[in-house]
Amino acid sequence: MTIAASFEIEYLQYLDATGKATQTDLPEFARDLDHMVDLYKTMLFLRVFDTKSIALQRTGKLGTYASCLGHEAVYIGIGSAMQEEDIFAPSYREYGTQFIRGVKPREVLLYWGGDERGSDFSGPIHDFPWTVPIGTQCLHAAGSALAFKLRKEPRVAVFCIGDGGTSKADFYGAINVAGAMQLPLVAVIVNNQWAISTPRQAQTGAKTLAQKGLAAGLESLQVDGNDLIAVRAAMDHALKRARHGHGGSVIEAITYRLSDHTTADDARRYRDDAEVKAAWAREPMLRLRTWLQLAGAWDEQREEAWKVQCGQRMDEEVNAYLGTRTQPLEATFDYTYAELPTDLVEQRTAALAAESASH
Amino acid sequence: MAQVTLIEAVTLALAYEMDHDAAVIVLGEDVGINGGVFRATVGLLEKFGPERVIDMPLDETTIAGVTVGMAAQGMKPVAESQFEGFMYPMLDQIASHAARLRNRTRGRMHVPAVFRAPWGGGIRAPEHHSEANEAIFTNIPGLRVVLPSSPGRAYGLLLAAIRDPDPVIFFEPKRIYRQYKEEVPDDGEALPLDICFVLRDGNDVTLVTWGAQVKETLEAADALADSGISAEVIDVATLKPLDFDTIHESVRKTGRCVIVHEAPRTAGFGAEIAARLAEHAMYDLVAPVQRVTGYDTHIPLFRLEMKYLPSVQRIVAAAQQTLAVS
Repeated sequence: MTIAASFEIEYLQYLDATGKATQTDLPEFARDLDHMVDLYKTMLFLRVFDTKSIALQRTGKLGTYASCLGHEAVYIGIGSAMQEEDIFAPSYREYGTQFIRGVKPREVLLYWGGDERGSDFSGPIHDFPWTVPIGTQCLHAAGSALAFKLRKEPRVAVFCIGDGGTSKADFYGAINVAGAMQLPLVAVIVNNQWAISTPRQAQTGAKTLAQKGLAAGLESLQVDGNDLIAVRAAMDHALKRARHGHGGSVIEAITYRLSDHTTADDARRYRDDAEVKAAWAREPMLRLRTWLQLAGAWDEQREEAWKVQCGQRMDEEVNAYLGTRTQPLEATFDYTYAELPTDLVEQRTAALAAESASH
Repeated sequence: MAQVTLIEAVTLALAYEMDHDAAVIVLGEDVGINGGVFRATVGLLEKFGPERVIDMPLDETTIAGVTVGMAAQGMKPVAESQFEGFMYPMLDQIASHAARLRNRTRGRMHVPAVFRAPWGGGIRAPEHHSEANEAIFTNIPGLRVVLPSSPGRAYGLLLAAIRDPDPVIFFEPKRIYRQYKEEVPDDGEALPLDICFVLRDGNDVTLVTWGAQVKETLEAADALADSGISAEVIDVATLKPLDFDTIHESVRKTGRCVIVHEAPRTAGFGAEIAARLAEHAMYDLVAPVQRVTGYDTHIPLFRLEMKYLPSVQRIVAAAQQTLAVS
């Protein structure tokens, strides 16, 4: 027998769980400590946002909310690497990437607070909204990438998908078409080990999720998803390749869902505390903070001062969210079509009449 | 001015719009060098090149999702499904996204796409190639569902579908793809997407239908005329949104209505028309509404399929039944 083809999956890490550099050379961007401090601060704000959002749900001021606890390095790594003209197609917890792209925290709250206007957000007008049907966003990114390629625009489409989502046909379809047509697409698998109660190993017999990208002909690797530097470096490389017409990539970011799936979930039903405790030892914030502190770029005092600022900003965002009046009933009708068909005009009129009669 | 079949009218409309709007592209399985399995896209690759006539990997989910993505970024994709029976993997993308993106984003994004598919039975095709599944799509808010029944209406309605800023499901009755030719001026004139077409005036009974069944329904009207019954024939053409006014106006005149469609009966689109007649035209009716439809079974394989599809005889019998009531 001869070998028809052979492959390998590389694993990229720059900072280990203790904050120690695992490679002698850091990427260029990581040598700019001011920039790294900014990214760390954004991660910290994201954590404050997440904690506050869960508290809002628990006190009845927010609907079901999908936490991003533990995913800070992945999302900030993606967001800091992308250009505004690129498009982002998220699932439903990538707030960190979206904050960098201009989405306001109050808009995230509005969405989970039961108001469609959250998805009419302040981020780039071409970015896709949160996508609840698992994996469907992968193909929206692929279609966007095809549009960019046909129009010869140097733009890249980026999507996020969970480990569970890589079982979906939409994911396979997206990476397949990206490989077949050499599309400017970057697929980020946020492997947080759990799809609600289903563990990663129950999703597939594949040794890595990244290798699914190899089958599609994409450049594929694994990164430590709790290492901001690794995520950012992988994204920089993948975006550059895609932007220059060299094709798509799959980045499997290994992280851990430290929270429940959503506030409607109770993860204690299906996973051990010991596993979660071990995952906390690898979480993304502490290692970056340790590294920044050792470099003299951060300290306890600045940490506390920034947390206070984050809290103040969140108060403003929460107040803005809570102060947003409910849309009038006609909003239910008015965005169904560009122009309301006669059928719907009649239903709208009847709905408004029924409402005014009930007042 | 050219004499064209229904499928040639589809090709003409695609070519016209691609010629006049660079954002329009065609994608699907075998739509390029092969010109589509029914030849609806024949000649387009040669004229517009592989960047606008795109042969996709063989996955309907991919075709639908990529269509949503392209449309959301400002293109006007016309996606072909080879047969209506292969559209089920597209449903998630169509219902959850194509039809919904405008509403989900309060109008920030929208999906100006057309999903075309040859539709219906009667061509002795293999299993899963002969479905009439239009009612599934008419229950999805945000979609338009169009089913032309003549070359002229195929041309004008397809142009309108491509130009419409919202997603359109465009079903082409494959049984009458090449049934006859008619003169269709290739002048880029679209037809309205929200009207029914009165194909034949009559006073005694209203026959409402769409798609390939227009053929049998017109023949039934001829047969009824032979026995002195004057039947009005309406081609619904655009099922969603429904132009109920045209149907109601006719029923006001005739007092009788027979709805003909080849899809299964229960929750078929005929049920919607019958419900609206019950809501709005009860006092105009002098006889119960009749439905002549496919049965609530799967369409049989082709040895029996013509016995499943509504026949002239069944339509005539239903019309006579409405007339038996005075």
